[in-house]
Amino acid sequence: MITAAAPIRARRVLPGFTLSLGTTLLYLVLIVLIPIVALILKGAEIGPARFWAIVSSDRAVAAFRITLIAAAIATVFNAIYGLLMAWVLTRYDFPGKRLLDALMDVPFALPTAVAGLSLTALFSANGWFGAVLHPAGIPVVYTIWGIALAMAFTSVPFVVRTVQPVLEDLDQSLEAAAETLGARPWQIFAKVVFPAILPAWLAGCTTAFARSLGEFGAIVFIAGNLPFQTEIAALLAYIRLEEFDYNGAAAIALVLLGFALVLLVASNLLQTWAARHREALR
Amino acid sequence: MSITISAMTKRFHKTDVLRGIDLDIAPGELVALLGPSGSGKTTLLKIIAGLEWPDAGSLTVNGADWLQLAARDRRVGFVFQHYALFPHMTVRDNLAFGLSVRPRAERPGKAAITARVDELLHFLQIAHLADRYPAQLSGGQRQRVALGRALAIQPRLLLLDEPFGALDAAIRRDLRRWLRGVHEATGSTTIFVTHDQEEAFELADRVVVMGEGRIAQIGHADEIHDHPASPFVARFMGATVELPVTLAQGRALAPGLDLTALPRRALPDGAATLFARPADIRALPDAASPWRVAQVSSTGAELRLILSHPDLPEAEAVMPRRGTAPLRQGDAVALRIEAAALFPASRREAPPAPQSDNPKKEIAR
Repeated sequence: MITAAAPIRARRVLPGFTLSLGTTLLYLVLIVLIPIVALILKGAEIGPARFWAIVSSDRAVAAFRITLIAAAIATVFNAIYGLLMAWVLTRYDFPGKRLLDALMDVPFALPTAVAGLSLTALFSANGWFGAVLHPAGIPVVYTIWGIALAMAFTSVPFVVRTVQPVLEDLDQSLEAAAETLGARPWQIFAKVVFPAILPAWLAGCTTAFARSLGEFGAIVFIAGNLPFQTEIAALLAYIRLEEFDYNGAAAIALVLLGFALVLLVASNLLQTWAARHREALR
Repeated sequence: MSITISAMTKRFHKTDVLRGIDLDIAPGELVALLGPSGSGKTTLLKIIAGLEWPDAGSLTVNGADWLQLAARDRRVGFVFQHYALFPHMTVRDNLAFGLSVRPRAERPGKAAITARVDELLHFLQIAHLADRYPAQLSGGQRQRVALGRALAIQPRLLLLDEPFGALDAAIRRDLRRWLRGVHEATGSTTIFVTHDQEEAFELADRVVVMGEGRIAQIGHADEIHDHPASPFVARFMGATVELPVTLAQGRALAPGLDLTALPRRALPDGAATLFARPADIRALPDAASPWRVAQVSSTGAELRLILSHPDLPEAEAVMPRRGTAPLRQGDAVALRIEAAALFPASRREAPPAPQSDNPKKEIAR
């Protein structure tokens, strides 16, 4: 007869799994999950009819529209400029490259209100840029272009910083291979380089878009905040809060949260799709 | 494709990678560039492909100056060490790449490209992999796809950088035979880079041994094996035992060494260095010899001896176990050298001269 031995337990190589996971989860719940749940509950207590009335009011719809359009403009700009910037920072050597690389993080580090103030100063009718643009009939401050500009300023690092490492890791012999096979430079970019960085680029663009939707500090100074014209959704929620209209604020915030979640899901699906050939790698 | 390279030099930062390369390659030849890492062999291959540019010298192919030609216009098939397959394309699209990027005027029709790709898939015996992505392939399969992609453009010249470097031994041998077959079937001039002597000698018509940016010797397996042109080639070819000897009237002499098996050679009298392979050294009991057996180990088929000398570094000998008189640690032995290369000791051991077929070398067998 064989006596029943103690069951064999596989031991983890790294200690502290339970402790570290527990801490992370607790933190996540306290800082992220509870506020979101509170927001959803607050929204739920309003009731669907009232919720719909708030978010479909003319002023709210206008605010959403302005926010989305401005964020779209900012994202298109960042998608192109951010890609170019990442390319320059990874592919060329030039004096001051490290400085430029460090400068790329300024929008992250700078208080957004400071960014908003300086942009307003530059682009107002008597600022350095505004003095040129205004007479040319391109007003920036107090228009949707100003909003897009502020959004672009604060969200461009998202594109640069997601594309840059992928571009750095890209095996340069792929490009060399394409060249020996007879590809012209633009063909190498379009057929070899771009497909490789596409997942990261899409991820960067969607995060930048999500960030733009939620931007507040930089925009309030440059936008002028005219209802129906240059009033963004986040500001409208803030105004409702100041009026002690908690329900109104929560409803608008919930819609913004919904946009953010949809974007995150879309971003993940896009990345999975763009990286489908890697599935076999495990 | 006849290729002529002359007086080619190349520096990276402050390192001389190529120090004057002269090389002619005949049409249809299969040539190996053999050398240790850092010998400049890969750089030379990349210059031929147009992926690197020399500082000086010329590269002429069929009379045309290729240094005036971009890589994409040379129509060279290049197989990269780690294959460099396009990860987001299937095997089929990888193979079709070279044809589908041609300018519209030269590009074959869709049907023609498909037909060519199908033909290659069958030729390379990878038809069942056509719709897989590179990540789903084994190393040997990737190697075949990489070669297929290079062959798809009907290259005038096929270049391979360490083609079997990343594969295990059994697959290497298979692919080696297979590559030889491909070379014979396509008839294209082929140059490959390797640091593996066996691979170079088995596969190539001619082997170019490179060291420190120069061509150390050009020849066939036997020639390079028996008659190394320089101490560098001798060492690289496995002559790890270096012993000081004295030359008198063409005969080498040294206490404790039996050098009678070496033929007389036309070298001036004086000090010289002998380069021998452990397998060419026999240890025979001799009480008068300064050599002692320091260690004996057996692999079953062979005895491996470490031999010590009061004034010299240790030497190694490998002998068949059967038929060898039993030797024990501490025994005094004389070393009988069956074959060796000799170079005058005054000769600087720095980089070998570029002139390689020069019969000044003095070797024994």
